[in-house]
Amino acid sequence: MYSGPPDMDLELLLTLLFIFVLSTFLGLDIIRRVSRLLHTPLMSLTNAISSIAVVGAIILAGQAHDALSTWLGAVAVFASTTNLVSGYLITDRMLRMFKRREVPKK
Amino acid sequence: MTPAFGTDLCYLVAAPLFILALRWMSQPDTARRAVLAAVTGMVLAVAGTLLHPEVVTYKWIAIAAAAGFAVGFPLSRVPLTAVPERTGLSQAFGGMAAALVGAAKYYLWTQTGEMNSFRMAVIAGEVILGCLTCTGGLMAAGKLAEWISTRPVTYKGQNFVSFLLLGTAVFLGVKLVLDPTLTWAFPLIVVLALIFGVLLILPIGGADMPTVISFLNAYAGLSAVAMGFVLENKLLITAGALDGASGLILSIIMCRAMNRSVANVLFGAFGAVKAGAKAVEPRTVKSATPTDAAELLANADSVVIIPGYGMAVAQAQHRVRDLFDQLMKRGVDVKFAVHPVAGRMPGHMNVLLAEADIPYDRLVEMDDINPEMPQTTVALVIGANDVVNPAARSDKDSPIYGMPIIDADKAQTVLAIKRSMNPGFAGIENELYYANNTLMLFGDAKQVIGDVVKVLTGEGH
Repeated sequence: MYSGPPDMDLELLLTLLFIFVLSTFLGLDIIRRVSRLLHTPLMSLTNAISSIAVVGAIILAGQAHDALSTWLGAVAVFASTTNLVSGYLITDRMLRMFKRREVPKK
Repeated sequence: MTPAFGTDLCYLVAAPLFILALRWMSQPDTARRAVLAAVTGMVLAVAGTLLHPEVVTYKWIAIAAAAGFAVGFPLSRVPLTAVPERTGLSQAFGGMAAALVGAAKYYLWTQTGEMNSFRMAVIAGEVILGCLTCTGGLMAAGKLAEWISTRPVTYKGQNFVSFLLLGTAVFLGVKLVLDPTLTWAFPLIVVLALIFGVLLILPIGGADMPTVISFLNAYAGLSAVAMGFVLENKLLITAGALDGASGLILSIIMCRAMNRSVANVLFGAFGAVKAGAKAVEPRTVKSATPTDAAELLANADSVVIIPGYGMAVAQAQHRVRDLFDQLMKRGVDVKFAVHPVAGRMPGHMNVLLAEADIPYDRLVEMDDINPEMPQTTVALVIGANDVVNPAARSDKDSPIYGMPIIDADKAQTVLAIKRSMNPGFAGIENELYYANNTLMLFGDAKQVIGDVVKVLTGEGH
């Protein structure tokens, strides 16, 4: 049996689980109220928000531990930045198209 | 005070900004503010992370971020018909990022002796979810872009093989939790999860893509959550959970709109069978000319246009907008009835119509339009098929029986634009076209609508 350093404290695990459960319930409740009209932009926006994974990638690439983790981190920064940039820009582009009749076009 | 206090403070502000952003997405009036809020949150979070004391070198971050901008910008300019592919690709990238970070942490912690069973368990979860989202997203993007066949690919024992792979990956994950030094098992998990992602999407047909893209959204969110657990990063957990929740809700809405269960979409291979449906005797349909149609539409009190993805394939949106303008000018009440699965991802049809400058207050959901259908003078079906097939209400043997539809057949007159009488994508015969109150307009949607508009404008001069 492997014996490494002692396990992380249960308290931290519970805190993280607590955040996960609360965020999920909050998310379900808010997203249920999003108009069906906007489900496509909603999906691109939540995609863009989850590209917050970029922060994990930044820490990994910036720690300068060893070549492997720097490389893997850099590729992850690339992938997340791509999502971040294209996700926000395309959401905004789509939302700009939704107009009411009263608004004269262009 | 911990050294990362500043970073945590930025995260504390970013999280509610993300939540506000989703709240503001509830209606078009406030939706653009939502993007602003989310971007502000993101900039804060990234700035806070760059200030993190553990980040000591910026070279590779800068290069990778610049490359991300270079690829991300053109991806945001794709035509709106290609938004589903972009979404699939973005889910693949999200999954990839999670898998890469998980792999790096595994090798790092096993070397430095900081690995423990909790960390190993969440890394295994992160890597399995990330890898299957990565290949699954790529497969979905490929099917949506039609780089690979949209037909469901099935073989005997398919579900068994798929789950054997996933089961093996999970089993190896458990082995690693018990002993993280089994380094041979880790790359095996990666490979198994990557293959599982491909097999997961292979048997799913083109018609189910709106559901699949929603599922993948949930997986992408969950892989971000797993990454948050690995890095003990609370903001990642929050953002990932929000993404996962939206994927879950959209999946449920899509499944309901097709009257299918989650399991049935994933393992049912809809549209694979039924190819040899019994030959139906040739029946007569009534056809009309664009001139007849123009007259009918111009004299109607109310017109409900029911668009399907066929309209977008024919690039007819802008002609439809011209028709809308002409009819509204004559005092005809024109509305659009949008089925939840119209298009190739949730809400896709609304975006396509909005792009053609059709005001969004004219786009009506299925449940709101159906009570109005019996009072509607003309229902105009453009490139939609299964979503207006009355067999879904009446024919227990029909594969689409029970699916909620737009009651086009209840309108006084139905005009349906169709290339020919060949049954559509799912190969299901549509009774609507043979009904007494239906007139068929044969031809390319863009051409036909253009001709109708010509007749209408000609009259005006």
